[in-house]
Amino acid sequence: MTGVEGFIYPNEIELQWSLLIVLYPFITGLVAGAFILASLERVFNVQAVKPTYRLALLTALAFLLVAPLPLQLHLGHPERSLEMYLTPHTTSAMAMFGFVYLWYLMVVLVLEIWLDYRKEIVLKWRASQGWLRVVYGAMALWSDNIGDSALKLDDRIGKTLTVIGIPSAFLLHGYVGFIFGSIKANPWWSTPLMPIVFLFSAITSGIACILLLYFVTCWYRKVTVDMRCVDTVSKYLFYAFVVDFTLEMVDLIQRIYVSDESFRALDFMVKTRLFTSQIVVQILVGTVLPIVMLGVTQLVRMKEAARRAIYVMAGTLTLIGIFAMRWNVVIGGQLFSKSFLGYTSYKMEFATREGLLPSILLMILPFGILWVLIRLLPPWGHDEQPQTKQA
Amino acid sequence: MNQDRRTFLGQTGTFLILSASAALAWEHVLAGTPESAPNYNTKDHWWGMAIDIEKCIGCGTCVRACKTENDVLLEEGNFRTWVERYVVDTADLEHPRVESPNGGYAGFHEREVTGANLKMFFVPKLCNHCERSPCVQVCPVGATFESPDGVVLVDKSYCLGCRYCVQACPYGCRFIDRRTETVDKCSLCYHRITKGLTTACCETCPTGARALADLKDPKDPIHAFLRDHKVQVLKPQMATGSKMYYNGLDGSVR
Repeated sequence: MTGVEGFIYPNEIELQWSLLIVLYPFITGLVAGAFILASLERVFNVQAVKPTYRLALLTALAFLLVAPLPLQLHLGHPERSLEMYLTPHTTSAMAMFGFVYLWYLMVVLVLEIWLDYRKEIVLKWRASQGWLRVVYGAMALWSDNIGDSALKLDDRIGKTLTVIGIPSAFLLHGYVGFIFGSIKANPWWSTPLMPIVFLFSAITSGIACILLLYFVTCWYRKVTVDMRCVDTVSKYLFYAFVVDFTLEMVDLIQRIYVSDESFRALDFMVKTRLFTSQIVVQILVGTVLPIVMLGVTQLVRMKEAARRAIYVMAGTLTLIGIFAMRWNVVIGGQLFSKSFLGYTSYKMEFATREGLLPSILLMILPFGILWVLIRLLPPWGHDEQPQTKQA
Repeated sequence: MNQDRRTFLGQTGTFLILSASAALAWEHVLAGTPESAPNYNTKDHWWGMAIDIEKCIGCGTCVRACKTENDVLLEEGNFRTWVERYVVDTADLEHPRVESPNGGYAGFHEREVTGANLKMFFVPKLCNHCERSPCVQVCPVGATFESPDGVVLVDKSYCLGCRYCVQACPYGCRFIDRRTETVDKCSLCYHRITKGLTTACCETCPTGARALADLKDPKDPIHAFLRDHKVQVLKPQMATGSKMYYNGLDGSVR
């Protein structure tokens, strides 16, 4: 058997979860992280990150709309997926996905964005013509009350929603970690730390994603980058990443020290098949390097241009590192046999249902959705004046 | 309350008709699915298997019989049952040499075991029909379930093909049948055992290394087997409540 080393159970020849399932925690992580960054401004009143508030909410929505697609594409019978809602098996962690997802999408995110934008939607409804008028009318639910008391009520409900939203975002991604962490048959996944590690890596990746998107939108709109904003966001990125890395190292040290029956197999795997993606890409390039870069900006006084360059590089490396982490969890967790006596390999296909091409398209799709959302609901302009000078 | 007689009678009538329909429907819900084997009562049985490693000769008859009986694809990665050969060096107990070419379908090539400190044996494997099955626990729609007589089954008309159960099984007993895009596994020949027959693998085993066991039947030989031998289940640390009882299971077996 090609790609197999040692002994694997005869049914283990096929890897069950492909690149699509790598995308799933990566995308939901971006959602949860973006939302938590948005919540900082709203709940904890961190004014400095305000320029990213609406962008973060729209980004979270764009990615959340795409989050179930890789799962759907992966299912043998996607037409039966509705059964998860109609006849959920209550002991299954996966069955709860639909409910956690719907709760988060409809109750938290859509409602919060709607309340935050309601005044502008109504104003656009009044000002627009043709089909746009229908679109904005529908978005306003044909209610045009934007009196002071109504807006005050919106704000109050919005704030309450954000307070509910933070634990919901924690739940969403903590839950994704639980899907893996609760599989006792797989020692690479089975750790109570998994939901927590997933959560902090989600926060890290979401913040990095919004930081980069903010730079891109500033560049595209030809407006000055708000340095106070990116300094603060990068500071949060640094803190979140340090916590995330610490948790992962705690897990690693615990595993090495305990050295249970699976350790030798996993150790061998990390040193061979996962060496590039785990040690090089995830830990060195995607974690240590951006943490050091961000740490330097915290300690050393630097020019604005240098800081911006470092933030962009560190943000990009962070996303690469977190993607590698998802890869190493999902794919890495299937490369060794549950007999601990052998290894298999993952052969990525290209233009097949679970291949590289649909994965690339699925990663582009949220940006397309975000573009439409930004067109419909511009996240800027309500509290800032665009400047013509490029920073 | 302002209500005329016509409305009152209409509403009462609707209420009565709907209640009666609901009561009738509920009766059918409670009755469950009728069993296809009329003389078989699930409550009277609790199925498992006795496997005697010392009797297994690695001929692969069980694998072939299972594939034929249950229409399992003759491909790599499609095994409801399979046989592994272990070669263990007493100086290196933690590193057994294991193989299972095509699941042992065609038996094993003869292997010369040289050196006095080597031991060799065969381990037949199949679904452990666990009492606390991790696969049943994780199935998002309940397509995998445990029958009242202790057999873990799959409803293929309901399975999503999400493969979560494949990940959750510690023993590697599940696979995806590419014809149906649903999961497949040993059903303990449920279509046979509910008609008083034994499984295809037990039926064809030339040495009697496998024996279907009804743990609820006090006269079943399983009780003597469990009493007279030092038995063990696979991966007991998984605490799945496996009902495949092995005699002579070496500590090196994973």
